[in-house]
Amino acid sequence: MKILMKGNEAIGEAAIRAGCRFFFGYPITPQSELPAYLARKFPEVGGTFLQAESEIAAINMVYGAAGAGARVMTSSSSPGISLKQEGISYIAGAELPCVIVNIARGGPGLGDIQPAQSDYFQATKGGGHGDYKLIVLAPASVQEIVDLVMDAFDLADLYRNPVMIIGDGALGQMMEPVEFKERKKIKLPPKDWTTTGMMGRKQNLINTLDLDPEGLERHNLKLKKKYDEIKKKEQRCEVIDCDDAEVIVVAYGTAARVVQTAQKRLRKEGVKVGIIRPITLWPFPEKTIKQYRDKVDSFLTVEMSTGQMVEDVELAVGGKAPVYFYGRTGGMIPTPGEITREVKKLASGGCK
Amino acid sequence: MKTVFERPKSLQDVKTHYCPGCTHGIVHRLVAEIMDELQIREETIGVCPVGCSVLAYNYFNCDMQQAAHGRAPAVATGIKRVLPDKVVFTYQGDGDLASIGTAEIIHAAARGENITVVFINNAIYGMTGGQMAPTTLVGQKTQTSPYGRDPKSAGYPIKMSEMLATLNGAGYIARVSVHDIKNINRAKRCIKKAFETQINKQGFSMVEVLSTCPTNWGMHPLDALKWLEENMIPCYPLGEYKTPGEVK
Amino acid sequence: MKKVVFDEERCKGCELCTTVCPKNIIVMDTKRINSQGFHPATVKDEDQEKCIACANCAKRCPDLVISVYRPE
Repeated sequence: MKILMKGNEAIGEAAIRAGCRFFFGYPITPQSELPAYLARKFPEVGGTFLQAESEIAAINMVYGAAGAGARVMTSSSSPGISLKQEGISYIAGAELPCVIVNIARGGPGLGDIQPAQSDYFQATKGGGHGDYKLIVLAPASVQEIVDLVMDAFDLADLYRNPVMIIGDGALGQMMEPVEFKERKKIKLPPKDWTTTGMMGRKQNLINTLDLDPEGLERHNLKLKKKYDEIKKKEQRCEVIDCDDAEVIVVAYGTAARVVQTAQKRLRKEGVKVGIIRPITLWPFPEKTIKQYRDKVDSFLTVEMSTGQMVEDVELAVGGKAPVYFYGRTGGMIPTPGEITREVKKLASGGCK
Repeated sequence: MKTVFERPKSLQDVKTHYCPGCTHGIVHRLVAEIMDELQIREETIGVCPVGCSVLAYNYFNCDMQQAAHGRAPAVATGIKRVLPDKVVFTYQGDGDLASIGTAEIIHAAARGENITVVFINNAIYGMTGGQMAPTTLVGQKTQTSPYGRDPKSAGYPIKMSEMLATLNGAGYIARVSVHDIKNINRAKRCIKKAFETQINKQGFSMVEVLSTCPTNWGMHPLDALKWLEENMIPCYPLGEYKTPGEVK
Repeated sequence: MKKVVFDEERCKGCELCTTVCPKNIIVMDTKRINSQGFHPATVKDEDQEKCIACANCAKRCPDLVISVYRPE
């Protein structure tokens, strides 16, 4: 049964259905509908909504709640996510499961509130200190928001790792029909490491401090092993019309929606163009890109930034084909016409 | 032979890293004795942020979480909201609570968060080697106030107990000291009251414990206690600044 | 059986216990050092029976060096 929902609110509803009962947030445009939604809905399901005094306090509340064994979420937008970076590094270091939502906006600095994808590096290369990774999921529709938020809580518990949902104001503010599908229960590891009071067992400790470098290196290598496993198992992307493609456009989220419109038009005009839409920004879907890098004339990366994911595309393509970039930034959204023009430059540029 | 005094069960039987004569050890023992007496050790979660006492997770014999500098009240809030029937305390230094963590401590108190804060005020940053803290006294020499703290450029000592006592969410606020036996006994009574405030769900509780830092004050531990009595207490008067049921 | 027992390996030689004993029987044993390199605090055997088991010393010790017992 489909209902019409606003992106930000769909995140809240999906979290509730995923069993999340704790949310610590702070107002910031363009995500404030999410905390407002949970402030209304959580009391109905016995959840705890708390507006913290800052994004820094909020992420540290998430740290405590996750360490006490709860499914917990926080959300913010670009500047707020920057404030949370130290906390996120702690959460990754202590291997605490949680979901962090970034409804990104134009930057840097205060920037603006329009949609943007200029937080890609911060999300995937680590905005905080130390060797750590977030699983980063990038929805491109309100339905996908719902599906990925529910996946996020499972992935967080499965790997004991923070998971980020990254969207933007367009996705957060748009309304689309959504369906909360039945999900098969996956087997999750027991939470026997949480600080719930010893009650007969040995001390449980949530900690990231280790002044012994050999100990800390062991811990880092343990994290790396986990990240390698995630890289192996969790790469996700959508592939559209790539089998005969001469040009493949790589784009995610809102940018991917615009590219899809352009791609349909181009196909009608006989231009052989395909799309690879990363759904996991980390782990980056390099496997899929590698499958096509020997078959296409060129790649075009389209982002709402001055070019960040393009570097990962270049790494995956490994010089086998030229990788071009087109982007709008500062909160501007590319139009289908611009994408059509850029692809035609590449497609017609081909010697065929 | 009857045992008059021995290590409380809530303290692990290990050597601590604290400097000789550092009063952290005394306060750790008081908190641990109270956990034993209230029989809450196995129901308690402690939060220790960055500072000399970050390693308290090696000393308290209960579940612990280590927190980022200044964020213990937020971490404790997260724990307490998930486990409202457990006892949650933070053990924080003055650099942690009165400087980087001022927002977190003020809002935890304003929310009436049912947690207990043990706040060690030794007027200096200990772990990092003796820098000026917001609680450093006027004229007190430190690594970053080498000519003595000058209010014209570095302002005045912050009196956290008086400040937090103005907040309705605060159930119990007291300032105590451990510079002599009488005050150690009194400190224990106040810390116990703070834990009882939490257990009775009467709001936020905090005990500010005036403490010494012999190494960074550059004094013999005994002289440090004397210095505390003669210099810190006039700036930080002892007493109970808020008690449960008091209508403010 | 001793009334006041010092776990001398834990002592850091801070001397806080030496000024609170009503019987003034706590001294720093300057003839030796413990594994941490400190002169440990102690009560001479002959002074043990002077101890009134008030535990002031134990309450003042930051390192739980001192345990105190009282005959039944």
